[in-house]
Amino acid sequence: MELKDKLVSSFLAFEDTVDVDSAVHDIRSQAIKTFEEKGFPTKKEEAWKYTSLNAVLKHDYSIFSKEEDNLEFKDIKKYFLHDLDTYKIVFIDGKYSSHLSETTHDKIDVCLMSSALTHEKYRSIIENYFNKIATEDGITSLNTAFSREGAYIYIPKNKLADKPIQIIHFSTGIESAQMLQPRNLIVVGENSHVQIIERHQSLTDNPVLTNSVTEIFADKRAVVDYYKIQNDNQNASLIDSTYIEQHTQSVASVHTFAFGGNITRNNLNFYQKGEGIDSILNGITIIEGKQHVDHNTLVHHKEPNCESHQDYKGIFDEKATGVFNGKIIVNKEAQKTNAFQSNNNILLSDKATINSKPQLEIFADDVKCSHGCTIGQLDDSALFYMRSRGIGEKEARALLMYAFANNVLSSVKIPQLKSRINKLISKKLGVNLGFDL
Amino acid sequence: MLKITDLHASIEGKEILKGLNLNVKAGEIHAIMGPNGAGKSTLANIIAGKEEYKVTKGKILLETEDIEELAPEERAHKGVFLSFQYPVEIPGVTVTNFMKTAINETRKAQGLEEMPAKDMLKKIREKSELLEIDRKFLSRSLNEGFSGGEKKRNEIFQMAMMEPKLAILDETDSGLDIDALRIVANGVNKLKSDNNAIIVITHYQRLLDYIVPDFVHVLYDGKIVKSGTKDLALELEEKGYDWIKEEINA
Repeated sequence: MELKDKLVSSFLAFEDTVDVDSAVHDIRSQAIKTFEEKGFPTKKEEAWKYTSLNAVLKHDYSIFSKEEDNLEFKDIKKYFLHDLDTYKIVFIDGKYSSHLSETTHDKIDVCLMSSALTHEKYRSIIENYFNKIATEDGITSLNTAFSREGAYIYIPKNKLADKPIQIIHFSTGIESAQMLQPRNLIVVGENSHVQIIERHQSLTDNPVLTNSVTEIFADKRAVVDYYKIQNDNQNASLIDSTYIEQHTQSVASVHTFAFGGNITRNNLNFYQKGEGIDSILNGITIIEGKQHVDHNTLVHHKEPNCESHQDYKGIFDEKATGVFNGKIIVNKEAQKTNAFQSNNNILLSDKATINSKPQLEIFADDVKCSHGCTIGQLDDSALFYMRSRGIGEKEARALLMYAFANNVLSSVKIPQLKSRINKLISKKLGVNLGFDL
Repeated sequence: MLKITDLHASIEGKEILKGLNLNVKAGEIHAIMGPNGAGKSTLANIIAGKEEYKVTKGKILLETEDIEELAPEERAHKGVFLSFQYPVEIPGVTVTNFMKTAINETRKAQGLEEMPAKDMLKKIREKSELLEIDRKFLSRSLNEGFSGGEKKRNEIFQMAMMEPKLAILDETDSGLDIDALRIVANGVNKLKSDNNAIIVITHYQRLLDYIVPDFVHVLYDGKIVKSGTKDLALELEEKGYDWIKEEINA
């Protein structure tokens, strides 16, 4: 059976496990119809022109994990930022792991989507925010239809989340092939701050396909920093759709560190609803082998005096392929918009590819918008300069790649995270530079 | 220290050096002068190991070792240092981190332990004082946004840190005002010893007032065509190169 048919027919079984009389279930029922109609995206769609899911969709994925596996913290410690005190929401094969997690309901809610969807206490938040900005394309609708578990974070107004929150999804290989569909909702009230780190990690060589959807609402003057670590193994693919609605004077940033995985597709959408908003989209992609990373961004400027800053760096070796498709829409009303986009790439091999495509749709006349894209190799004269100082070729190349990605790295606000990313990069590049940049 | 015999070298099929001979002994300072396009920077880059240049004939011996097959970093490990005419900007890597990496990579290649952080800091402090470099400067990205003079001063700071056996200064005086020139020259003179050697490549006699050479060579059309003492530099300053060209072509 094709995966699409399998998913559609599984919906009936899924309904036995959830409250079908809820408002949320009406949304799910609508969403499965949308998915049935639209299906998975294909390369015929402009937004998916350079990313094919065909090979990924051919596995016979288990849609609901039947078995339960347990993990010991010591075995998976390295996937956490363990040198930092954080809240943790941890899932194993799609199921919440209470013994690995550290949640809270004290002043802020850091807990589970499954609780939020079933408890009366959260009903008004769910009614006001759930599935309000996620789009109705096939892949997001599929997630919506099966939405049941994920992270739920609610920061009421005038609160600082007292520590960062880690959301980690593990897959253990308990199923021969597994599909995961986490659904996250993050609501940040007026003047409130939160920092979130998200990671998907497969611990198996069995194929894993994750179709993740996250909705984030940043109310007036809220500050949201979201970090995505995508360093998964060769058989794990990720479709990550993130939707962010921002209100007046809020600042939201998303950093995406794409260092590994089979096929990784990021759909990152910012909707600005208010004035004085700043949206920051940063990414570092370092991949090799046959890995594929696709960044598809949208920033929609709807009101005046807002800014957006996009800075994506990519380093591609061997037969790796990258895509950057960055769309900026500036409505007629959105005068005095400052929208910047830059996408710089280094190809280390003749067989590596990057497709970079800016799309600017500007309907206001008094705006500053710029976009720039570069594709190049490492600078030979810089390499010679460093080597002439005794730095070996491999180290010199690594140093140049660090330098290339540095301005994205330097905007990471959590020092322990920055140091972790540094280590991931030096491990990837096979060097130990002995210092953090 | 350095013995070059009958060196022929080309880039992209074009022959630049056409049978160059040079013999530099420990404790000596040699100046190489010559008109634009004579091959001065080519010579500097070839000694440092730039791979774009092809050596087609001849030998380069460092002490007694033929270094032609060595990579640039291996030459650096053996004590070759080139002060670049156009130092390259490396955004994101601070001067301090660059030097730490360079020194520790070199020590590693020489079979030594990494330099303890305390000693490294002490050395950085001493050498930056020698070159009158502000401490804040050391935490800036290497050469990024540096003025021409700052770049050159930073090159000599690196030389002071690396303590090479053979230092080649490729037009270190260009872009320097008179005060900076004095500081740089003073730094070079302090680094000079009986165990190392320095080759100064310059267009102008000015630098040689401060770094006094034992020998002056004129490089023209890929060869050293005339050698002398520092008086030769004064003569060149006064009369230009035309008389030498005439001598050769005669």
